[in-house]
Amino acid sequence: MIETFLNPEIIAAIWPIVLAGLANTVLLSLIVVPLGLLGGLIVALLATVHHPLVRWPLMAWVDFFRAFPPLVLLVLLFAGLPFAGLELGGFACVAIAFFLNTGAYYGEILRAGIDSVPVGQIEAARSTGLNRLQAMGYIVLPQAVRNVLPDLLSNTLEVVKLTSLGSVVAVPELLFQARQAQSLTYSPTPIVLVAIVYFLILWPMVRLLSRLENRALASRR
Amino acid sequence: MARPIVEARGIHKHFGALHVLKGVDLEVAERELVFVIGPSGSGKSTLLRCLNRLEEPSSGSVVVDGIDMLDPKTDINRARQRIGMVFQSFNLYPHMTALGNVTLALRKVAGKSRVEAEALGRAALKRVGLADRAGHTPGQLSGGQQQRVAIARAIALEPRVMLFDEPTSALDPELVGSVLEVMCDLRESGMTMIVVSHEMGFARNAADRVIFMDHGLIVEQGPPVAIFENPSQERTRAFIGQIQRH
Amino acid sequence: MSTWDRFVDTFFNARVMAKYLPDILSGVVVTIELAVLIVASGLLAGLALALVRALAIRPLNWLIIFIVDLFRSLPPLVIIVLIYFGLPAAGLSPSGFVSTWIALGLVLMAFAEEIFWAGITSIPRGQWEAARSTGLGFGQTLLNVVLPQALRLTIPPLTNRTIAITKGTALGTVVAVTEILGQASSAVSNSYNPSPLMMGSAAYVVLFLPVVVAARWIETKFAWKR
Repeated sequence: MIETFLNPEIIAAIWPIVLAGLANTVLLSLIVVPLGLLGGLIVALLATVHHPLVRWPLMAWVDFFRAFPPLVLLVLLFAGLPFAGLELGGFACVAIAFFLNTGAYYGEILRAGIDSVPVGQIEAARSTGLNRLQAMGYIVLPQAVRNVLPDLLSNTLEVVKLTSLGSVVAVPELLFQARQAQSLTYSPTPIVLVAIVYFLILWPMVRLLSRLENRALASRR
Repeated sequence: MARPIVEARGIHKHFGALHVLKGVDLEVAERELVFVIGPSGSGKSTLLRCLNRLEEPSSGSVVVDGIDMLDPKTDINRARQRIGMVFQSFNLYPHMTALGNVTLALRKVAGKSRVEAEALGRAALKRVGLADRAGHTPGQLSGGQQQRVAIARAIALEPRVMLFDEPTSALDPELVGSVLEVMCDLRESGMTMIVVSHEMGFARNAADRVIFMDHGLIVEQGPPVAIFENPSQERTRAFIGQIQRH
Repeated sequence: MSTWDRFVDTFFNARVMAKYLPDILSGVVVTIELAVLIVASGLLAGLALALVRALAIRPLNWLIIFIVDLFRSLPPLVIIVLIYFGLPAAGLSPSGFVSTWIALGLVLMAFAEEIFWAGITSIPRGQWEAARSTGLGFGQTLLNVVLPQALRLTIPPLTNRTIAITKGTALGTVVAVTEILGQASSAVSNSYNPSPLMMGSAAYVVLFLPVVVAARWIETKFAWKR
């Protein structure tokens, strides 16, 4: 069994490839998480404008990306755009797709956070002369982020997992490297190994989240 | 009498179909303490919030310390620094210390350096008797202490007028005294104050003038003794009677 | 031809679309089949695990927590690939369809267990005590008193998670499942034209947008009390 699924010789041989994949997964995450957060912040700030001309298109935008599978978005950018004469490369396609897709999710979370801050906070800030933007930046957002921290973390976990979609458009991240190694070795060992790597990296985050979610629940009682 | 420091004329306020203020005139002289009473829904809080434009009056004019508050050219954020406000629910920023609460506007609106702002902030906290609580967050303070920090947050900006919107209504009875004491000190120092509250004892001792509002209008006003002992209007009499029966 | 005409001719080519419409539609059927199987088995398995966890048998609970953590940590695509390419080495050869079903079913099971469990533990102890004091047994209390309250709380997070995981059926294309994206992709490479991909995208929107809008409505209706 071990011979097949975790063959030591194969592990030794492919270890450098897997490490390179890990580096790319980390790099990809470090790019797409801030991009998604930026997109989410834009969405959430726009959502504070209650004008119907902003509100309805924004809601449609968010719902569209909640309905649209990220992989389809990615393939659309990667395989569709070249027909319009625009060849972006896998990495750029992943960045754009994530900015749009996870931006919508982060946006929903941050919007809920902003809504959870009492109006009195804004009034108190404005009564001391802070302008709208200052009140948002110094008073509302810090509290909003704290209130929805478990949700933000949970979404970040999903985003990191989603970087594995990069393998479909030839971004050499963990899963892509594993599949390359698999086709070279005709063995499931590379994929098992990469699954273990993912688990070891993300498990602490899952544990932390589980704790945070339980605490949030306890306070709701 | 010198030119009043607060001059509101013909204030109307609609919330949709609701007509909350129906043409209120209010003049307040420098160093005066005006006390506003009235049943809930009479529009007294809305009037207060129109003075610093937290509420946009539907019509009328508001001039505070010579500044036309409703003029679009007025820098409202600069103007609001001259008008301190204290809220019923304190509205302290829970993610900041007491000192952080007091110094935020000093640094971000008044443009003071951190050192300067903290010196002013500590002085303000000292005035409300909380010099030793500067590093505490609101969650670590009692209701009375929180409200005193909120007062310090307002007076640190050296306002010309202070607005109090039911400052003691959310407090346990035993904590009310400490807040009223700070308000008395503030009055002694010559601060112009407009107070919406149900603390009739405080009004008797400290107010120069009591205003009774009902259904969006000022029904009657005068010195505390006159309003409390000998109101001329039936509605005022009924309201005072109800309050005193408690 | 103007730029616009060329754009339409490329991305919304009527001839290509007509030719590949049957393929896309058969992809829609496969996507729906896959989605229904994943949702049904994932939610049921998740609920079953949460109920077992309520029995509070130590070693069993550790096992459940580990399984849940495992499938929350691994990217769904990795699980699909693992099952599809890994199991044959153990003598099992699940099809792409079955691999995707099992993988996403397990992921949904893990998330559903967490959410159901959170719902169950959020019911105050007093509810248990009141029910037990009237003579109801453990199972009766769980079924008649606790679960009905808990399920109500779990509906909004559960719908959101279910949608997110069901959208993952598109991942099946990586292991040759002939669902929408798979059909669209092969049509694009056969016709050298992106129109099938546009059709496929439209199909996803038509399938999932109503669900998302319904979820938004449910969310406001069953919102957690804050």
